[in-house]
Amino acid sequence: MTRGFKITPSLAVLSVLVILVTLAALRYDGFLGTYNVQSVLRYVSMFALVSLGMCFVIMSGGIDLSVGTTAAMCSVISALLSSYGLLPGLAGGVAGGLLIGVLNGILITQLKILPFIATLASMLAASGTGLLLAGNQSVSVSYDTYFTNLGQGDLLSFMRPAWVDAEGVNTLGSFLGFILSFPTPAWIAIAAYVVGGLVITQTAFGRHVLAVGGGSEASRLMGLPVDRTVFLVYVISGGLAGLAGVILASQFGAGQPIEGVGWELFAIASVVVGGTLLSGGKGSVLGTLVGALLLGVIYTILNFENGMGWISLSAYWQSVVRGVFLLVVVILQSRLSSRDKLNAKA
Amino acid sequence: MIDTKPLLAMRDVDKVFGNAAALTAASLEVMPAEVMAVVGQNGAGKSTMIKILNGAYRRDAGTIEFDGKAWSAGSPQQAQRAGISTIFQEINLIAYRTVTENIFLGREIKRFGGLLDWKAMNAGARSILKRFNVDIDVTLPLGDFSTAIQQMVAIARAVSFEAKLVIMDEPTSSLDEAEVAVLLKTIHQLKAEGVAVIFVSHKLDELYEACDRVTVMRDGRTVAVAKMAEISKLQLVAAMLGRDLADVRARGATAFDDGNHAIGEELLDVKSLAVGRRVSDVSFNIRRGEIVGLAGLLGSGRTETARAVFAADQKSKGNIRFNNKDGDFRSPAQAIAAGMGYCSEDRKVQGIVPDMSVADNLTLALLPALSKSGMIDEAAQRRIVLKFIKDIGIKCSSPDQKIRELSGGNQQKVLLARWLCMNPKLLVLDEPTRGIDVGAKGEIQSLIGRFADEGLGVLMISSELEEIVEGADRVFVIRDGKIAAEMGKSEISENAIMQAMAHGAEQSN
Amino acid sequence: MAQNRVIRAEQQQVFEFGSVLRRYGVVIALFLLVAFNFAFTPNFATMQTLSLNLTQVCTIVIVGVGMTLVIATGGIDLSVGALMAIAGAMSPKFFTGAFLPLPNIYLGIALGIFIPILIAGAFGLFNGWLINRFSIQPIIATLVLFIAGRGIAQVSTNGDLQVFKVPEFQAIAIGRVLGVPFQVWIMFAVVVAATWVLKRTVFGRQVLAVGGNEEAARLSGVPVKRVKLIVYAVSGFCSGIAGLIVIAMNSAADANLIGLGMELDAIAAVAVGGTLLTGGRASIMGTLLGALIIQLVRYTLLANGVPDAAALVVKAGLIIVAVWLQRQEHG
Repeated sequence: MTRGFKITPSLAVLSVLVILVTLAALRYDGFLGTYNVQSVLRYVSMFALVSLGMCFVIMSGGIDLSVGTTAAMCSVISALLSSYGLLPGLAGGVAGGLLIGVLNGILITQLKILPFIATLASMLAASGTGLLLAGNQSVSVSYDTYFTNLGQGDLLSFMRPAWVDAEGVNTLGSFLGFILSFPTPAWIAIAAYVVGGLVITQTAFGRHVLAVGGGSEASRLMGLPVDRTVFLVYVISGGLAGLAGVILASQFGAGQPIEGVGWELFAIASVVVGGTLLSGGKGSVLGTLVGALLLGVIYTILNFENGMGWISLSAYWQSVVRGVFLLVVVILQSRLSSRDKLNAKA
Repeated sequence: MIDTKPLLAMRDVDKVFGNAAALTAASLEVMPAEVMAVVGQNGAGKSTMIKILNGAYRRDAGTIEFDGKAWSAGSPQQAQRAGISTIFQEINLIAYRTVTENIFLGREIKRFGGLLDWKAMNAGARSILKRFNVDIDVTLPLGDFSTAIQQMVAIARAVSFEAKLVIMDEPTSSLDEAEVAVLLKTIHQLKAEGVAVIFVSHKLDELYEACDRVTVMRDGRTVAVAKMAEISKLQLVAAMLGRDLADVRARGATAFDDGNHAIGEELLDVKSLAVGRRVSDVSFNIRRGEIVGLAGLLGSGRTETARAVFAADQKSKGNIRFNNKDGDFRSPAQAIAAGMGYCSEDRKVQGIVPDMSVADNLTLALLPALSKSGMIDEAAQRRIVLKFIKDIGIKCSSPDQKIRELSGGNQQKVLLARWLCMNPKLLVLDEPTRGIDVGAKGEIQSLIGRFADEGLGVLMISSELEEIVEGADRVFVIRDGKIAAEMGKSEISENAIMQAMAHGAEQSN
Repeated sequence: MAQNRVIRAEQQQVFEFGSVLRRYGVVIALFLLVAFNFAFTPNFATMQTLSLNLTQVCTIVIVGVGMTLVIATGGIDLSVGALMAIAGAMSPKFFTGAFLPLPNIYLGIALGIFIPILIAGAFGLFNGWLINRFSIQPIIATLVLFIAGRGIAQVSTNGDLQVFKVPEFQAIAIGRVLGVPFQVWIMFAVVVAATWVLKRTVFGRQVLAVGGNEEAARLSGVPVKRVKLIVYAVSGFCSGIAGLIVIAMNSAADANLIGLGMELDAIAAVAVGGTLLTGGRASIMGTLLGALIIQLVRYTLLANGVPDAAALVVKAGLIIVAVWLQRQEHG
């Protein structure tokens, strides 16, 4: 029962991410340049938020298929409210997400419907609601308010001293410049992950999420508030999806009722890649972030590879590559978890 | 007991499920720091009683008083908070989470701002476990530890709730002898600390060792309450069964005949079998018409041996010959084709297909033989099913009734019939009568004997020694993955088997 | 068990009511829908309407049948839409001669029908293999092809729309036999075949046994892995057929759109049809009726001026009600 150095799944994925980024930085000019980093982070942040919610849900032993269309619906809501300002837009979008989360929570904990089916239904419902609100077309956001700053701004760039861009600046300086140039959505995602990580590792609720995922009947008998925990997990997931939707609208200047298709699968993939057990009970918030980043980086690398003209991969290869990647990760995870099981038996 | 007020008094408790009364004016009293045994057959109402007490169920009528106040718990959680902790039959902890979490889940120690104080919780977990002489790394997942340790963690959890009353629902069913001893010691310690214990168990010896008094339940009623020291085992059994003492004595403990089967030539020969880490060197053989008992403590490798013979798990070493041919099967399907059948110890998880009918469950293995180019011959299926229902007395409303609606005993009969209808040469039975009420138990035992008379070879694993002693023609005792002793019919006795289980081969001769 | 009994005792009234609804709910709902339409929807009682609704529902039913078998084993297949796209995108290459020039149009059509269907079946086998070999949960194993499959279809056609006019091929969708569109015949053939397999064959029982209790099935000699392999292959096969019907109807193949969202429609049809989503039970007829209800609801709403988007919300409600009714019986 000695505990040596163990390669955890999230550590493995982190090293893959670091290696990929390093190789890419060496291979492509401007890969770590401000422009590229900003555009990648801007985009990945939305997925990262949705993935965080999914991480909570999967840790609790459930699944949430509604996140993609919820984000789409909320992008419409926030776009419609954007003329009243940033806060109403933000609050409206997040509230829409929370509402879907509450709906999921009720269906699952009160009507005892399987998460897979309950969230499938709310996926349809959110999609329909989004389309109805938007009148079947995208809804432009108002540029008169600060609403678009949320998605398009760079929160800390005002703190960025000029000298970090000077010739011959030292490593620390360029690193500082690099960090401070992060776009606002990235900061939102980082904040969400910090809070999420704290909640999982440092609060009773977080431990209950994992406990319920590890055995809901056992948790009930231990006196844990199982239904409340499950309910909250879906509310969190809905809220984060709503937030992602707000960023979507703000970033692209429009509420997009047909966006968000397949986001749930991207999120599931990030969570799984990040080393969270799909059956629940065991997982890592940080790993999920790494997983989301990794999937985003692969996407970017393919773009760069195309740009260099060495190969000509159509955009359609993206999904093939992603699928293959998911395949590899899932197979590795199944190996790891079957080893776990053997150890547990012995 | 000195004249004090009882800690717990449940009186005239009624509970009805649908149309069936589960409890009728049942009562249960426990004094402070008393260990109270609760015994009864399956369906006697023990579990219902406990679940009403710990808040899992609501009572329909009756009064409950605990610690001088009226008691009514809405959930196991509330019960726990108020001083009644329950340790359930299957260990209900969470294997993926650490030992510390499993002890503190639900009432975590928090620092400022509601964040968890891991340091304090780990230290707390360590010190609680130390009270029971368990010294482990509490930051590892619980699943990394043995069943016994997990059980101790469950008890530590219950005790750490400052419980005044701990309910243990068959806590020893998955422990081996040494572990049981530790548990019993723990119970004594709880008692010494002033904690009362309700101890539910089917194993009479444990009751006499651990308990002060016993409450006997039958058909949802409390039929007897006595001091352990003043009631004999036979009286206890008689009270549980609701029979006269003389009747019980005449019947013997099991329904096996005297085992004069016509034993034929060799059927199964296992040489130097090794499976995983549990079984290292097991050799034994079975002849036609012979019931061979495989005795051993839990974890000795007896179930693993049975599963490897049936190819449910792959063996890592060894030689198996079956029916004078190579018996090195790759899958259960091959073993079945060669004439073997296997009833696993866990009927629910590995036996029945709950949503399927009795008929489909009974013929699950036989179906390919009942079909022509993939189509089922339903007339033939029905014929066979009806024959077995009648033949071995399966009580069901019709062959189309779903098997999950049957009682445990009848489910087990269907599972036996699943194999018997194949005309097997060898049946491997792992705990064939576990969790089955006494009546059905006897029927199943005599059934096994009957088919052995007709030439069936049987490998029978049982935790109940008397079942092995009375039922088996020959016994192999397995200990730590090795065969420790072989006994012919005349040498079989409870004492000899226990000797071999405890000490291995040397002393048993 | 005992817990169920408590719930049942408390909800006896609801339970009785629910049991009736569950058993005949699908039929009752269908009947009510038809009755409603007769009363309120103009031009409902015409052959044209019937034909329209039937052709719209064909692909859902065909894919739903495969899905029913998969779900009966306790699995799920998310890749059906993507496999439809693969089959649909591949097929025109054969009968338009883009792939290799063929001497005979009928040979091209034959190849264009059988090869894509077989390939979709082979991808289904791949799903089954993943699930068997690595013990991956079906929802994740089939997620791989859900993501990659459409990509494969898009890559193979470069994402281009392939328009064609080959009436001999298109007959599989729009040709009529006895006045009924040929695809409806295909649908009925698939439904009848699957019903027969489930009811009368050993394989059918084994499917239910695997879904009902996999370990018990294995220990009873049921070839669990083979059963799973076959149901996923069948699901892929059905998807292939559906993919071809879609392109034949549209006289165009668009890898981006063929079968998009089909996994949801198929699962919804299965759920509304009363097949237990946890496995162990299956009703092909239920899936057929479930698909009909979903289609008819959509049609009813559209025909009465309710936007398509609202129909989505109604579909969501339908799924919930159907599954909730299931729960009432099953505790």
